[in-house]
Amino acid sequence: MDLTHELTSTVAKSFGLFYLIALSVGITVYAYWPSLGKRFEKAANSILDDEDGPCR
Amino acid sequence: MMERLTGAERQIALMICVVMAIVGLVMAAAGHGDPMGSHGAIVLIAAGITTLFVLRAIGEPEPAEDRTVNYYDDPTKAGLVIALFWAVVGMGMGVWVAAQLAWPDLRFDAAWSSFGRIRPVHTSGVIFGFGGNALIATSYHVMQRTSRARLAGHVSPWFVLLGFNLFCIVAASGYLMGVTQSKEYAEPEWYADIWLVIVWVTYFVLYIRTLARRNEPHIYVANWYYLAFILVMAMLHIVNNLAVPASFTAAKSYSAFSGVQDAMTQWWYGHNAVAFFLTAGFLGMLYYFLPKRAERPIYSYRLSILSFWGIVFFYIWVGSHHLHYTALPQWVQTLGMTFSVMLLVPSWASAGNALMTLNGAWHKVRDDATLRFMMVAAVFYGLSTFEGSFMAVRAVNSLSHYTDWTVGHVHAGAMGWVALITFGSIYSVVPLLWKRETMYSWKLVEWHFWLALAGTVIYVFAMWNSGIIQGLMWRTYTDSGTLAYSFTDTLVAMHPYYVARACGGALFLTGAILAAYNVYMTIRHAPEKRPERDYPTSSKAAEPAVPAAE
Ligand code: HEM
Ligand code: HEM
Repeated sequence: MDLTHELTSTVAKSFGLFYLIALSVGITVYAYWPSLGKRFEKAANSILDDEDGPCR
Repeated sequence: MMERLTGAERQIALMICVVMAIVGLVMAAAGHGDPMGSHGAIVLIAAGITTLFVLRAIGEPEPAEDRTVNYYDDPTKAGLVIALFWAVVGMGMGVWVAAQLAWPDLRFDAAWSSFGRIRPVHTSGVIFGFGGNALIATSYHVMQRTSRARLAGHVSPWFVLLGFNLFCIVAASGYLMGVTQSKEYAEPEWYADIWLVIVWVTYFVLYIRTLARRNEPHIYVANWYYLAFILVMAMLHIVNNLAVPASFTAAKSYSAFSGVQDAMTQWWYGHNAVAFFLTAGFLGMLYYFLPKRAERPIYSYRLSILSFWGIVFFYIWVGSHHLHYTALPQWVQTLGMTFSVMLLVPSWASAGNALMTLNGAWHKVRDDATLRFMMVAAVFYGLSTFEGSFMAVRAVNSLSHYTDWTVGHVHAGAMGWVALITFGSIYSVVPLLWKRETMYSWKLVEWHFWLALAGTVIYVFAMWNSGIIQGLMWRTYTDSGTLAYSFTDTLVAMHPYYVARACGGALFLTGAILAAYNVYMTIRHAPEKRPERDYPTSSKAAEPAVPAAE
């Protein structure tokens, strides 16, 4: 099978589209997964006080 | 500085220096009579100087500190100071380049000082020298803090920092000698490129190993941006620099690509250098230092995740907007254009997230120039991404391409966003690292802020005007269908704006010099911060990790 312009553009236009849609759905689900909310909040606050050295 | 390495680590460092010295010697001998020979001499000298530093420490007693109780900040400190040095050099070069465009006599008739040679010294000096060192230094800081873990290794952070600077020096000195592979932002030749791959892979491994030691369940979002910066830059750098050296004893090489493939590969690299060097890395800074300085968590952590993936996956596709109306297939241009417009969404989500974080802390922005640096940086980030998405539309690009409008866009991003967020981060981290109460002079920070802002605004407005005038003059026809203006006419029209740009740049440079002075004086003269009750000391002296009297 030759790597022609036709082939690459078909792959980019079909597979490229679907994998990006799948990714965006996956990421949105991850970001808004309810049970992860606490973990994200903790992470967001964790940087405010982190000078007390490694491992606490 | 090397006193904090253990005996075994000092030996490894020494071995690396010796290997480097041999490499330098071989390059100098084999490349004799070619710029590669001069680069060999530079490598040899750099290895020699590093050896001296290591040798000074080699007989010292083993370090007494307890490595499990504090962070390893020496490489961060060195990196910040080096970044400021490059800021002054790179921006000084920028002012010179700008002045040459206004007054061409300032070339002084030497070969090395011609526009084509000092321009890449400016671009590499500010992007890699200033930006790169600031990114490496702050990434060491952020990866340790957010993971609550010490750097995984004590030699490798030095190897990465110093090795990267060797690359920068080889690059800059090469341009002055006329070495270039004529790919913008990737000008250095094959041996420098190979060296950067080694350094960069070490950097990546160091980062991953530090994260693997983390004591936090979740990896804070700033790390994702830094990691994207490291990983994608490695990928871009390797592919775009694939080349066959004409000879192993000389600098010249030939790219593996040709024609329109070469152009597309170059701008796939070029725009992602903008995306992952000048944007992703600095967003990592923003997501750590802005909330920290404002003492408020980021407005929406969830939004920061969404915009991260949006930025990463959209940016990869937009390189072709640099090649509108070229031999590149139309659909590839359209693809780049479409993704550029979509890119506005995650970009503004990031800028908005930063500004919303400041909601409720505006009094701090008013009083604290450091936070103001970061706030204005977020605004310029929003501005330049909006402008970029607009310029990527083919019809707009037909006016803006080849004109100073592009240069104006570049510096709205580079000065307004990249440099300002970096200065803000430097001002917030320097007192902390050197355990000072504050910066030596807050008035100088205030001065720097206004100089930088004025410089950026003057620069950008001058280039917008100049670019649009230039673009319109190029496309004005007379009744008989010929061009109304000659190229020289456009040069005359642009002259006042070039003078204005040089002045704006000089203001910006003055600010950077003030920053370097202020940081130096902070290290030297600012009062030490009294350790709070159980503040971890650096336990350099044989102090117990926990104060005995508690
Ligand atoms: C003191 C401030 C600065 C001055 C006076 C200055 C001046 C200049 C000049 C005169 C050019 C050449 C434009 C041309 O060829 O027509 C240029 C290009 C460039 N500068 Fe700066 N600059 C400054 C700061 C910065 C900073 C802080 C950065 C990056 C962080 C930066 C990144 C660039 C880049 C990427 C280009 C290439 C633009 C292109 O090819 O379109 N500059 N600069
Ligand atoms: C959504 C984000 C952005 C988009 C869609 C975008 C788009 C563009 C476009 C269309 C051009 C002109 C290409 C040409 O006509 O040759 C350009 C040039 C450039 N942009 Fe952006 N831009 C964005 C953000 C940024 C940011 C944040 C920075 C910097 C810090 C930046 C730095 C540059 C540089 C350095 C160039 C000049 C490249 C060269 O010709 O040497 N861009 N950008």
